[in-house]
Amino acid sequence: MNALREHFEILMKDRLGMIGMAILVSFVLIAIFAPYIAPYDPMESQYRPDGSFARMDPPSREFIFGTTRMGRDVFSQVVIGSRVALIVGIVSAIASTLIGVNVGLISGYYGGRIDNFLMRLTDIVYGVPFLPFVIILVAILGPSLGNTLLAIILISWRTTARVIRSQVLTLKQRVFIEAAKVSGAGNLRIIYRHIMPNIVPMALVYTAMNLSTAILTEASVSFLGYGDPLLVSWGKTLHMAYVAQAIYDAWWWVVPPGLAITLLVLSGFFISRAYEEIANPRLRQR
Amino acid sequence: MLVTLLVLSTLIFFLFRILPGDPLSMFIDAALPVEAQEAVMKQFGLDKPLWQQYITYMSNLFRGEFGVSFHYRQPVIEIIGEKVWSTAILMGAALLIAFAVGVLGGAIMAWIRGSKIEIFGTALALFFRSAPVFWTGMVVLLIFSYRLGWFPAGGMRSVGTEVLSNWDKFVSLDFLHHLVLPALTAALYYIATPLLVMRTAMIEVMNDDFIEMARAKGLSEWKVLTRHAMRNSLLPVVTVLCLMVGFAIGGQVLIETVFRWPGLGREMVAAIQRNDYPVAQATFFLMGILVIFLNLVADLLYGILDPRVTYD
Repeated sequence: MNALREHFEILMKDRLGMIGMAILVSFVLIAIFAPYIAPYDPMESQYRPDGSFARMDPPSREFIFGTTRMGRDVFSQVVIGSRVALIVGIVSAIASTLIGVNVGLISGYYGGRIDNFLMRLTDIVYGVPFLPFVIILVAILGPSLGNTLLAIILISWRTTARVIRSQVLTLKQRVFIEAAKVSGAGNLRIIYRHIMPNIVPMALVYTAMNLSTAILTEASVSFLGYGDPLLVSWGKTLHMAYVAQAIYDAWWWVVPPGLAITLLVLSGFFISRAYEEIANPRLRQR
Repeated sequence: MLVTLLVLSTLIFFLFRILPGDPLSMFIDAALPVEAQEAVMKQFGLDKPLWQQYITYMSNLFRGEFGVSFHYRQPVIEIIGEKVWSTAILMGAALLIAFAVGVLGGAIMAWIRGSKIEIFGTALALFFRSAPVFWTGMVVLLIFSYRLGWFPAGGMRSVGTEVLSNWDKFVSLDFLHHLVLPALTAALYYIATPLLVMRTAMIEVMNDDFIEMARAKGLSEWKVLTRHAMRNSLLPVVTVLCLMVGFAIGGQVLIETVFRWPGLGREMVAAIQRNDYPVAQATFFLMGILVIFLNLVADLLYGILDPRVTYD
């Protein structure tokens, strides 16, 4: 718990890390209270106060981010869309960390054949072009949130696994691990009680990074038209805007969802960078 | 590397066979006459059991035989041959800009560490790394093409331009004019990686004794920076360049789509949308080969540039 508080304190000292944390928390709050914040149903056509159809309206008091070609409220789409982004980001970040950390720990600790097998597997996954793979898998299995998550998680554990393994390799040589072994601790106990706490900061560097990558990837897949047909997402709003060629006459339909993606992804990178300064003390300012 | 390649092609084999619907319909265009359908069936051995299909598929793949596109009704290899060049030039230009600016910027940022400018620079680079590249492209088009009218709205050359040779195709003012916006958009997206890797490497090098030594010799700060610190920080940057191509190719898919650039990435997306599976399969396979090859190069470079790393 003390170590955790220490991480938190260092995170707060890093200016960009703090900004990242603030952005992430704001988006989580928006996502939780989305139905109360969004003024309209994001998929319903709206009407102006005078009763006419609100088609491609620029930002106004009624529709603060304007409306789409179908008269849908962009602001409501952006607010509701935060849910898909955060679900994808958080689920993939946690899953890829769990897989990556365990692969790295087991591979690095046991060495030999297990290590060889797991690292060859990691090499193979490294050979798969990430976004093209996700696009193809989602197109083949059918566009849905679950399939997008599956495709992202299948690939994104690879970096964590490699980095954690190399950390374990050096940790294994340290005296306190020797001591634990001599005092009769079992392999699992050594791995999870003695080694794991030391790789937490490094793992978090990649957890935060995977959060960002997953959100960007889902947005890209949705932008190409393979978003979950039942859900409102930022990528899908941009897909509709692109298909309607809205770049040329409705900037308000394009700018807000893109900016929302950028901010949320940015928060992940800021947090990741802050943890990197913890994990790599040589980077710390002297 | 060979194992990776083998597994990747096996993965593609099964990936394109879990498609919903009749497996045959994915390889044989229903619009073809019956005799032609049978010819394709024979060529790919689709009437044989799965393991025989697998062997035929593998030997076809490694002879560069990807079949006939459903959409173009031409051999796949002829269609994507040309697209490879368009993609290579756009990606090459973007990576060149990103790495040139990134290396220099990263070095300077390490040198002025802790200043306001450094934090701003990091934040700005990360901003463009976070912005979805298709969105940056849309905004860039909105400003520089639609509003200001400085650059064309997409494509690789103006409509009606006569192309006499490959040389004409890629070396002309018209081509460069079309290249500027997508290349700069991609470069903005890629720049954070070389910039931050260079910065980190520089900071680590700057803590080393030989930098103190160079200073003690009385060398100017500029000479210490360029001759000693930067040169010794380049190793991770060179390695990351190779590793980045895998990530860059993902960005390429999106950039080419938004700028209607006739490359491999756009072709892949279009092929999937048209259910043109032979083309989709071939483009994905080529991207995989490129990534695997560059991963290998990165490993080898690491050994050559840093004698402390050995492979036995």
